[in-house]
Amino acid sequence: MTTFLSQVERLQAPEIDYGAVAPLLIVLGAACLSVLVEAFLPKASRWAAQVVLTFATLVAAGLVLLQYAVAEGTPKQGTITFAGTVAVDQPVIFLWATLLMLGLGSVLLIADRSVEPGGAIVADASILPGAVNGLREQLRRREMQTEVFPLTLFALGGMMVFVAANDLLTMFIALEVMSLPLYLMAGLARRRRLLSQEAAVKYFLLGAFASAFFLYGVALLYGFAGSVKLADIASATTATDRSDTLLYAGFGLLIVGLLFKASVGPFHSWTPDVYQGSPTPVTAFMAACVKVAAFGGILRVLYGAFERSSWEWNGVLWAVAIASMVIGAVLGLTQTDVKRMIAYSSVAHAGFLLIGAISLNDAGLSGTMFYLLAYGFTTIAAFGVVSLVRNADGEATHLSQWAGLAKRSPVAAGVFTFLLLALAGLPLTSGFVGKFAVFAAAIEAGLTPLVVVALVASAVAAFFYLRVIVLMYFSEPAADGPTVSVPGAFTAIAITLGAAITLVLGVYPPDVLEWAGAGVFIF
Amino acid sequence: MSWTLIALLLLPLVGSLVVAFLRGNDRLAKTVALAFSLVELALAVLAWTAFDPGGERLQLTSSADWIPAFGVHLSFGVDGIALVMIALIAFLVPVVIGGSWADKLPEGRSAGGFFALLLAMQTGMVGVFAATDVFVFYVFFEAVLVPMYFLIGRFGGPNRQYAAMKFFLYSLLGGLIMLASVIGLYVVSADKIGQGTFDWATLVTVTREAPLSTQIWLFLGFFIAFAIKAPLVPLHTWLPDAGAEAPVGAGVLLVGILDKIGTFGFLRYCLPLFPAASKELAPLVLILAVVGILYGSLLAVGQSDMKRFVAYTSIAHFGFIALGIFAFSSQAGTGAVLYMVNHGISTGMLFLVVGMVMARGGSRLIEDYGGMAKLTPVLGGLFFVAGLSSLALPGTNSFVSEFLVLIGSYPNEPVYTILAAIGMVLAALYVLWLYQRVFQGPVRGNALVGLAGGPGAAVDPEKAPVADLNKRELAVLAPLVALILVLGFYPKPVLDVITPSVGATLSEVGVADPVAQEGK
Repeated sequence: MTTFLSQVERLQAPEIDYGAVAPLLIVLGAACLSVLVEAFLPKASRWAAQVVLTFATLVAAGLVLLQYAVAEGTPKQGTITFAGTVAVDQPVIFLWATLLMLGLGSVLLIADRSVEPGGAIVADASILPGAVNGLREQLRRREMQTEVFPLTLFALGGMMVFVAANDLLTMFIALEVMSLPLYLMAGLARRRRLLSQEAAVKYFLLGAFASAFFLYGVALLYGFAGSVKLADIASATTATDRSDTLLYAGFGLLIVGLLFKASVGPFHSWTPDVYQGSPTPVTAFMAACVKVAAFGGILRVLYGAFERSSWEWNGVLWAVAIASMVIGAVLGLTQTDVKRMIAYSSVAHAGFLLIGAISLNDAGLSGTMFYLLAYGFTTIAAFGVVSLVRNADGEATHLSQWAGLAKRSPVAAGVFTFLLLALAGLPLTSGFVGKFAVFAAAIEAGLTPLVVVALVASAVAAFFYLRVIVLMYFSEPAADGPTVSVPGAFTAIAITLGAAITLVLGVYPPDVLEWAGAGVFIF
Repeated sequence: MSWTLIALLLLPLVGSLVVAFLRGNDRLAKTVALAFSLVELALAVLAWTAFDPGGERLQLTSSADWIPAFGVHLSFGVDGIALVMIALIAFLVPVVIGGSWADKLPEGRSAGGFFALLLAMQTGMVGVFAATDVFVFYVFFEAVLVPMYFLIGRFGGPNRQYAAMKFFLYSLLGGLIMLASVIGLYVVSADKIGQGTFDWATLVTVTREAPLSTQIWLFLGFFIAFAIKAPLVPLHTWLPDAGAEAPVGAGVLLVGILDKIGTFGFLRYCLPLFPAASKELAPLVLILAVVGILYGSLLAVGQSDMKRFVAYTSIAHFGFIALGIFAFSSQAGTGAVLYMVNHGISTGMLFLVVGMVMARGGSRLIEDYGGMAKLTPVLGGLFFVAGLSSLALPGTNSFVSEFLVLIGSYPNEPVYTILAAIGMVLAALYVLWLYQRVFQGPVRGNALVGLAGGPGAAVDPEKAPVADLNKRELAVLAPLVALILVLGFYPKPVLDVITPSVGATLSEVGVADPVAQEGK
């Protein structure tokens, strides 16, 4: 007995820097609270309660993070807590803030109930798609499956841990916490239930494979380094007495898992189907936040564990980046659905981001993070506009239905044009500054050939963005074409916010650039 | 800190927004647009008088921090070359607004939108010539595409979508290739002086030290972008489409100003930043220039569409300009810059009179016209003047510049110059033949005969339904004719401004004769 007690005493709880991880705890705590709200509140009052809770959580977490970032006592280079498993440094603070802001934008879209009566989220997920009058039932009922809010918060919490994880096991758990809610959310579309559920299953199956890859990679790297900590793996790569086979195989499997989440080609095959099938607000959430989290994780792993072995793997990632840009740009040309088109555009953008990530210099780190922020807001606003263009069957996502939209709604067409130009990377939009930052870092790191490929891919991709502009402005509207709904307050705020930030970061980016470059990772 | 250039930049932008708000009332929108463009012209005159040709290289400068993280400054300034181009813009825009006053726009389009885009483009064009920070130059270089894209795509001819897309993609591709070089400049400067910069004056001192291979790669990035803009054969194929489909007013600015960004870029960026590469690759450029002169001229002879005709004559003219720039002599360089101005005036006028012919006949095809001088003698006469200026007849403005280019190029590049001179003969052929087919002989062609009372009907010039130029059209063409003659006989004021800047540019390349040469 005494021996047991003495052992308990030796099992000390790790030191936790509560100030640093407070935003994380707020988000995850609120997610649990949100589940309780689901369980105990009557159905009629859930939506309002969940919306208030979610917004309050995101704002509170943001304010706490801000307070921590500017407070006197905060170590400038960052701090490591939870027994070395979570690091809160300058890039992590930037990524957390980005995730919270983009999460807020996505939740605005998710919570909207005016564009589609009752919201884009399914009224009752248990009504089978094939059931008699199933769709009519979904459309008749004006509520939504409010479980989407706790799912969003859990996913967001998982993303925040993911970008801050300092060892691979924590990273894997975070990966699952962020992925599992997303699989469910993909299947929650009110209309086109079959498409939505197909998307959910596809995402889940492929995502499970990717997780398995990731985990197998972690196991091999543990075999290689004898530890799952990023710093230990980094020091192991400099030693000469270890098995290179384990390193290569482990790195390869690990990076496949990460690239899958970031929808980098050729691991992108889920992206178009899932983007198309998911409810548009959820697609916005995936396109913006998951991209940030996944690239945050890629940056962390590459800088933390594999920087010193870069000459062994960068050839492979060169090829991956080129493949991603080419696949995104070329297949994007053939798309006829606007959501699929944006999906392929996101594959191309993932290639650009990867160039920044493998530059492995300070400029590459800050450039990639700036790009993520800029791209996230542009994408949320773009999906916001997509959700407004509707006909009797819901969203009119087929491109031919967008013909002559500028005549019907000059404002929506104007905003969408601006967002497309930002995605194409024209100057005076945030997209240009982001591209510039990433490419400058890459050329500095000697990746000039990659940059040239990226520029050509940009030119090809510009063609399909322009095609939409041509359709909207230069074509005659079809007689039975879609109408543009007047957005409710939530969607209107989300679109305005996204477009405004796209413009501001394009015209006056220095403050945000400086913030992105404020510090480097610590491990 | 000089505010003149900033005012020149901002005024059209403000005008564009105001006009866009007045879209409901076409007449008011047009008047306001014209008023803004005339104030802009007055400002340009002010800038011209404030410029001291013998003074600093860059004048009227202003600078402010923009993106310190990349070393980008929002800085503007002009040398003599940029100044004459900005003056040309300020001169052409009111002319174009007057010329497009009564344009028939495609259904459902408002004149207000058209003029708002024209003014927005003016800001972009002034910015391209006024920027002294390479990053800012790039921003304007790309930004100017957007209004032009909408001008062609929304207000152009039947095939406008195709033409607008082709124009945009060509320019964007060139711009993106240039972006690689722009970033390259930044990295080179960060290597040499520790802190990356985009300041043009600093970069000039840095990149000239770079090894030849680096210079060549960076040069090619800029050169391809500019060769697409200018257009040099074989990167020219967008121009005939864009020029033919663009509304006449936008077409004038397209060939008059936008294309000059290419030749201006050769002078401002390619030569001073990469002197060794410029010399190394000059033969390549000269070959492209001469091919362009001959190819453009021959295709102009063969055109059946008047607007495409103007576009091909421009390709030939740009060959002369490129020849003058890459012959590396001060005479030829000065001639090339003067050619840029003169080409804007004479081709701009040619475009406008072609537009006036089309407004009467409703067709772009040459074969639909004939003997038109009998019906519209004044239009015929002015068409002839524009044509003569285009073929560089002595006494017109273009003669001075073409002569300077040829005489200045001959000592350095006799072979290319002799070949280029063939272009002068072809120019006489294509201009005079076009004039003969459209204006001389009996009244004929579908466009005219149909109007005059059916095939075979005797045409009585007195009663012809095709009216001659009205007062507005005369007022639009008069200043162009005046400039053609004045610059034909007395080009000194312009040459005085150009010559020192060209001399400075050439001395940066290390050419030995930076002596100021007087024209003629």
